[in-house]
Amino acid sequence: MRRRYIAAIPHVVWMAVFVVVPLILVVFYAFTSATGGLTLENFRNMGSYMSVFARSLWLAFLATIICLLIGYPLSYVLSKEGPGMQRIFIMLIMLPMWINFLLRTYAWMSILENTGLINRLLTSLGIFDLINRIFNTNITYIPMINTQGAVVLGMVYNYLPFMVLPIYSVIVKIDSSLIEAAQDLGAGSMTVFKRIIFPLSLPGVLSGITMVFVPAVSTFIISKLLGGGTSILLGDLIEMQFLGNAYNPHLGSAISLIMMIIIMICMFVMNRFGEGEEQAVIM
Amino acid sequence: MSKEIIRLKDCTVAFDDEVILDNINLYFNDKEFLTLLGPSGCGKTTTLRIIGGFLKPTSGDVLFNGVRVNDVPPHKRKVNTIFQKYALFPHLDVFENVAFGLRIAKLNESEIRSRVMEMLEIVSLKGFHNRKVTSLSGGQQQRVAIARALVNRPKVLLLDEPLGALDLRLRKDMQIELKRIQQAMDITFIYVTHDQEEALAMSDTIVVMDKGRIQQIGTPEQVYNEPKNAFVADFIGESNILDGIMHEDYVVEIFGRKFKCLDSGFAPRESVDVVIRPEDIEIVEPHKGRLSGTVTSVTFKGVHYDIIVDFKGFKWLIQTTRLHNVGDEIGINIGPEQIHIMKKSEYSGMFGDYSSYSAEYEEITSEDWEDETEGEEDEA
Ligand SMILES: Nc1ncnc2c1ncn2[C@@H]1O[C@H](COP(=O)(O)OP(=O)(O)O)[C@@H](O)[C@H]1O
Ligand SMILES: [Mg+2]
Repeated sequence: MRRRYIAAIPHVVWMAVFVVVPLILVVFYAFTSATGGLTLENFRNMGSYMSVFARSLWLAFLATIICLLIGYPLSYVLSKEGPGMQRIFIMLIMLPMWINFLLRTYAWMSILENTGLINRLLTSLGIFDLINRIFNTNITYIPMINTQGAVVLGMVYNYLPFMVLPIYSVIVKIDSSLIEAAQDLGAGSMTVFKRIIFPLSLPGVLSGITMVFVPAVSTFIISKLLGGGTSILLGDLIEMQFLGNAYNPHLGSAISLIMMIIIMICMFVMNRFGEGEEQAVIM
Repeated sequence: MSKEIIRLKDCTVAFDDEVILDNINLYFNDKEFLTLLGPSGCGKTTTLRIIGGFLKPTSGDVLFNGVRVNDVPPHKRKVNTIFQKYALFPHLDVFENVAFGLRIAKLNESEIRSRVMEMLEIVSLKGFHNRKVTSLSGGQQQRVAIARALVNRPKVLLLDEPLGALDLRLRKDMQIELKRIQQAMDITFIYVTHDQEEALAMSDTIVVMDKGRIQQIGTPEQVYNEPKNAFVADFIGESNILDGIMHEDYVVEIFGRKFKCLDSGFAPRESVDVVIRPEDIEIVEPHKGRLSGTVTSVTFKGVHYDIIVDFKGFKWLIQTTRLHNVGDEIGINIGPEQIHIMKKSEYSGMFGDYSSYSAEYEEITSEDWEDETEGEEDEA
């Protein structure tokens, strides 16, 4: 028994230094002013950032839904493939994660830019000429970069693996004898999916949603690079308070705190939704 | 005569050129309790999977009521299965597990309710309908699996080692229970087990299998009293299996002595396997016996003693209710009806010699069987 406590000490120290202490600092900053006095001033201005909160939640929500719509069928189809195929696909899905996050996002910039890969391709195929001739317009590119769509695309691209992996790992673990038992009782493939596979995969779906939604709400690089300055997200707002010219760590901490509470509420609702199933497990 | 409802015709199953089932020909009668009996890995589950539709035979036909059903998927076959590991749906409670098939058949709610409740009562699980299946004991899960299958009123129920995970006591009770249910519901049971006692106690017909082949089909009495070859004789009950020579009809020579028997139809001087069951041997004074030998081991078994007797280097197992001591000289007599003659087979010489007998003999073999099932029977 004692031995186990001793073994846990490094872990506890680690958690204390890198999780608990920063959290305490955030709370402390949020409730103090630059002069050091206790204050609620930081929260009083929160109303003016309402639109940023709303936009962040909305874009993260969109990205999560799209990840789910792509990720679930992908995971399901994948789980039915042979073991060799599965390994190759998992490799392909993981591959981008080995490339630096920034680099990947820069790559998307050069794809989506007005003079980027897609627009140049369309130009050289003569698509714009064609359109201009038919509709008597004068367009030379499709604006893609610096739109909210580009931000969502960046989120989906970067976070899709976090949706696929938990769902896939839950689905492949479903005991094939359960599927056979359902077939034995008269279930065709649709019914098997609806009554057995989908309900049993819900824990994977819940962790997938968590793992996409949380980083998507707080991202700042994606919106900065792909969204231009057009659509500031919570992450950008917070970053500006710490590193930008708006320097105000007290306000930044207050915003972080509110964001954390919103995320926690979302997760709580999600877990209630999945009640009766296993808790959402993070891999 | 009851009528045939399922037939396997020349069914062969091979995985990657490895033949798992070798040309199986078998028919199943209506309302019959038929048991597939054989050691682990002999192809019993594979046979059931062919009938259930989870596996297509590599060659051969599966016929239901004379109609070929090879290409009919499992959910369209009118048979239900109790799987080796129960395969209960962990996300549904007991009621919904049992109701599963009825919901798919789109019965109305009140009928579903009454049929599920009635079935839970039949399997002695009244009042358990709201329980999570994961909170049940092995025996209770077993009964949910039985209820889930039977509530659909199948004409044929397939059972794959359904009692394998239960302890001995519960297993005995469930054997009686299953037999009662089968008779009460008047349906066909196709039952898989590697436990010969279970097979003998429950079946109308036993199909003994080994290495993907049918070794013998018969009533429990037939497979016990008239085993076809050394494998069957050894697998079902204990047997002393000796080399013999048929001199003429009803006369067999063992150890250079002629014995009367009841078997005929062999070629003159044909080599045969002779089965003598350990409980059929009469022990007498050494000089009064046809053969005499020395007791080399005695094991108390409760009802009787297992004694090993050395006859000129060949050791026999004899069961007796009288105590003998190691080193005693005894004589034996064998009546004609105690001798069973079998044709020589690929199994000749492999079984029925107790030279390596030890007190743990039975435990060792039964453990071996269980090892091979690869955790299929892990404790509930
Ligand atoms: N899908 C499969 N692929 C390859 N071999 C299999 C497969 N299923 C079963 N086998 C093999 O077939 C043999 C018979 O298996 P099975 O029918 O389960 O035996 P039993 O139920 O009598 O113990 C075993 O040797 C097993 O390894
Ligand atoms: Mg089996």
